[in-house]
Amino acid sequence: MPRLDEAAVGQVFREESGRSIAALVRAFGDIDLAEDAVQEAFAIALRAWARDGLPPNPGGWITTTARNRAIDRLRREARGQELLSAVAVLTPESDEPGLPDETRPVQDDRLCLIFTCCHPALSIEAQIALTLRLLGGLSTKEVARSFLVTEPTMATRLARAKRKIKAARIPYRVPEEHELPDRLRPVLAVVYLIYTAGQTSQAEPGLCAEAIRLARILATLMPDEPEVAGLLALLLLTESRRASRIRPDGTLALLGEQDPKRWDRALIDEGQSIVRRCLRRNQPGPYQLQAAINAVHADAATLEQTDWSQIVALYDQLLAVAPTPVVALNRAIAIGEIQGPAAALALVNELDLDNYQPFHATRADLLQRLGQTSEAAAAYERAASMAPTDAERDFLRLGGRASR
Amino acid sequence: MTQYLLSVHSVEGEARDPMSKEEMRQFMERVGVLEEEMKSAGAWLFGGALHEADTATVVRVSDGEVLTTDGPFAEAKEHLGGFYIIEANDLDAALAWASKTTAAVSKPIEVRPFRHVSEA
Repeated sequence: MPRLDEAAVGQVFREESGRSIAALVRAFGDIDLAEDAVQEAFAIALRAWARDGLPPNPGGWITTTARNRAIDRLRREARGQELLSAVAVLTPESDEPGLPDETRPVQDDRLCLIFTCCHPALSIEAQIALTLRLLGGLSTKEVARSFLVTEPTMATRLARAKRKIKAARIPYRVPEEHELPDRLRPVLAVVYLIYTAGQTSQAEPGLCAEAIRLARILATLMPDEPEVAGLLALLLLTESRRASRIRPDGTLALLGEQDPKRWDRALIDEGQSIVRRCLRRNQPGPYQLQAAINAVHADAATLEQTDWSQIVALYDQLLAVAPTPVVALNRAIAIGEIQGPAAALALVNELDLDNYQPFHATRADLLQRLGQTSEAAAAYERAASMAPTDAERDFLRLGGRASR
Repeated sequence: MTQYLLSVHSVEGEARDPMSKEEMRQFMERVGVLEEEMKSAGAWLFGGALHEADTATVVRVSDGEVLTTDGPFAEAKEHLGGFYIIEANDLDAALAWASKTTAAVSKPIEVRPFRHVSEA
């Protein structure tokens, strides 16, 4: 059996801790207790696995060990005695609570946990932090670094959110069919925001992978929800091009300048096959439509070969279900590829997006192509001052596409 | 079961369009239907609308002496206008009652859980 180091156990932690925490919250109804017990179980695993090697079912091992730790702790506490008798009632399938067969896969409660973490009664910041901490297995320090706040600030945010869940009794269950559309929206938004945070944050690039992992879990646990599939496809297709967005010298590469050979074909194939399944299902929603747009881009070896009329048609549909100025901006760009920069600029100038950085970058590019250089320069400067990454800022300061 | 406070707040000095007789009748009817529903579902514990904040009296102890002052807490701009105390299984159930309440009274409703005696 291979010996294990700390990094290998850390890997298992990322993969398995969400499942274990979810199972313990189900058993004990207490997030703090679940978190602490799972943490302790991994500390025990670090020693035991280094000595004996990886068990056949590491997740089951962790869950069983954590359960036993939690029961030990409750036995020591007066209030715990009460809770323990309630737990025994709740888990009639085993005589001794906390002793499931550790070689069998544990029941997957992660879906309940993610709906609790993303309950609309919690702020979006709290939803993201809880999801990363409890389902993603990130430490408070890592969550803090991802959102550029100090560790104590993040610890306070997490503690407050957990206190609210407990005090206000935010339920631990998958919403019923009629509630699902409203309740699924924040869940998908949280996963999407974790991905975009990974794109812009140099501190925690692992967030993109984490978002995709969460989207995969959701897609496995909710195979009948077309928007869940749409989100996964969108993330896979975006991820397929992420490496090629940055040029070897660290500057930004536009879609048309990217080398399609650097795109990840496996991710594209997987994303496109999900998009095709969505199309057959024909229940379009914002994530599926954005995924479809990305699927069309992934088909074209060059920007000139892109099927722009199909992209405009998809944006028309997207604008119908998600009538936001950001969607309208992207639609205008696609129209510009067919009808030219003047037509696009006329549409773009209509939009109220002064605080949205891509709005200024788009205007700058269109003005440049129309030869209105001084107006273009002003727009480039405005866009550069708002750029989220250094690569993007440098690109815009040099005058965008015209500098190449 | 958890107990929740569903409260509505009014901002001091906020101009309010006076209700016509007919509007008042409809308002009372909506509230009556809601309260009946709360009672028959076993959620209702107590509730009511309060008089204006300027009918309030504040009592405090200062240097061992009880002082009585006219009016609400001076520093508050928002005042409790009315409330329900309900019992519900979880926050989702409480929020469902809050949705019905806000639909009936056309004002935002704040939902807060009561502290359990054992949680003190």
